[in-house]
Amino acid sequence: MTTLIYTELQKIFKKWRTYIGFIAIGVLVPIVQTALYFTGDDYIRALTRTFQDSFFMVGNLFNGYLVANLILNSLFIHFPFLIVLVGGDILASEATSGTYRMLLTRPVSRFQVVTAKYIAGMIYVTVLLAWLAFLSLGISCLIFGTGELLSFRGKLIIFAADDVLWRFAFSYLFALISMGTVFALSFFFSSLVENAIGPIVATMALIIILLILSALPVEILQNLSPYFFTSHMAVWSNFFDDPVDYADVWRSGSVLLGHIVGLYLITTYIFLKKDILS
Amino acid sequence: MNSEQIIEVRGLTKKFKSLIAVNNLNLNVYRGDVFGFLGPNGAGKSTTIRMLLSLIKPTDGSIKIFGMPLKENREKILGKVGAIVEKPDFYMYLSAYKNLEILGKLSGADTSKKKIMEMLELVGLANRFKSKVKTYSHGMKQRLGIAQALLHDPELIILDEPTTGLDPQGMKEIRDLIIYLSRVKNKTIFLSSHILREVEIITSRMIIINKGTTQVEGTVEELLKSDNVSVTFEVDNISKAAEVLNFTMWNKNLKSKEKNQLLLEMPQNEVADLNKHFIENGISVSAVIPVKSLEDYFLKITEGGSK
Repeated sequence: MTTLIYTELQKIFKKWRTYIGFIAIGVLVPIVQTALYFTGDDYIRALTRTFQDSFFMVGNLFNGYLVANLILNSLFIHFPFLIVLVGGDILASEATSGTYRMLLTRPVSRFQVVTAKYIAGMIYVTVLLAWLAFLSLGISCLIFGTGELLSFRGKLIIFAADDVLWRFAFSYLFALISMGTVFALSFFFSSLVENAIGPIVATMALIIILLILSALPVEILQNLSPYFFTSHMAVWSNFFDDPVDYADVWRSGSVLLGHIVGLYLITTYIFLKKDILS
Repeated sequence: MNSEQIIEVRGLTKKFKSLIAVNNLNLNVYRGDVFGFLGPNGAGKSTTIRMLLSLIKPTDGSIKIFGMPLKENREKILGKVGAIVEKPDFYMYLSAYKNLEILGKLSGADTSKKKIMEMLELVGLANRFKSKVKTYSHGMKQRLGIAQALLHDPELIILDEPTTGLDPQGMKEIRDLIIYLSRVKNKTIFLSSHILREVEIITSRMIIINKGTTQVEGTVEELLKSDNVSVTFEVDNISKAAEVLNFTMWNKNLKSKEKNQLLLEMPQNEVADLNKHFIENGISVSAVIPVKSLEDYFLKITEGGSK
């Protein structure tokens, strides 16, 4: 199994498209950091405008933590696209290129093959998130320093500097579950077709459709919204609430993990039953 | 012939919705055989090979390889099988070396540099081992396909059109390699090919299938030595010869009449009698040409001729 996972990782990381996500984040985050470097004070003023008459604010409020939080907020909707670029390709590309014929005539079970691909894909998701965390949190802290974190969640919350890192750790962990769901969905679509474009488009289309439906102020859609996995993806931001709504975190986490496991099982079933005709 | 059965297929059937690709196919391959698997396009050859390699699940029937049911012993069996299925496709973004390393590891092969280079040497690709497969010609990929099939030293080698896309020299090299693997290494080889001359030269036994069903199975000699042969009589007067023939029992054996040639399908032991009959009736026979190549036989079988 280790050999299979290693092999799948080699396949993923030898492909150019794998690096699109890393390059996109590597370009976007520094642009945001540069922009905030020059306009950060304006941003803080805008954020605290209503409180400036009542409070006297001191210290380094515009710091790496705030920048990391902003980046996480702004990139979160676009991040799935970087996931599906690889997730949609993992199974379908073997069919497109005809390499299933080579791979599945080896003395390894199909269950092992699909599981190894799944694990390798999840490793990619983890590494990509780690890259985002490194650039957005690590580099931002180096550039902007650390300090209290201003979090605007309907109300303005100020977290002490020593109360922030664990929140980031858990929010990235939850983001991993969210992005894992996106990956699982694209992986599932990838098992149905023989071309990677279909799964990429289908996954993104489904995410966008569900996000739009959740946002529409129609009662029936609002009632359905909790059943959409997309409604649970942004719960990572709960960790920047005070107090943290752990019940909501557990509920959303369970829904997303349920999707991950369910999609993996369905994909495995399809893969085991599949006739390799490519 | 060794009596140990390596492949035993019984009643193999594959249906794709309303299309029956393989219909109640039986075949037997014995240890040391170079087994020819023949059939026209769409006969069900590739579907059969895919079922032998568990890429496709049969609708009905059983497959035993090395005496073990394939379904229950898939991994154990595939560990002793090397195969090329249709055209060899590789990870184009990886080098030939890396492709072999990956596929070899999954097969439990020795993937040391020495072993991989030996294999690449064998198929004449050692000087391009670092090149990405996307830069390879079809013939080179075909050679690499052979290399990946042999890397884990399998007992049974299934080759689906292994010489497709190769130049005449390459085809000869692959033929020689197959003969070497069979005679020197004692491998059992299951060879599907369109090149009938190739099958005639290499194989010890063969099967011809058409529309998913077995037409004939046996040794090449047996099949070509069937009771009825096709024979062409070259005569000086075709109309007179046809008239003479018309009054004989061989009239029903006439298949075609062209220029100065009469083509008949008749029992081999009656050819001399007919020749004698022509001469006795004043017809000069300049040649009696038996048509017995595998190609003729194949066409006869697959175009709906008698078994």
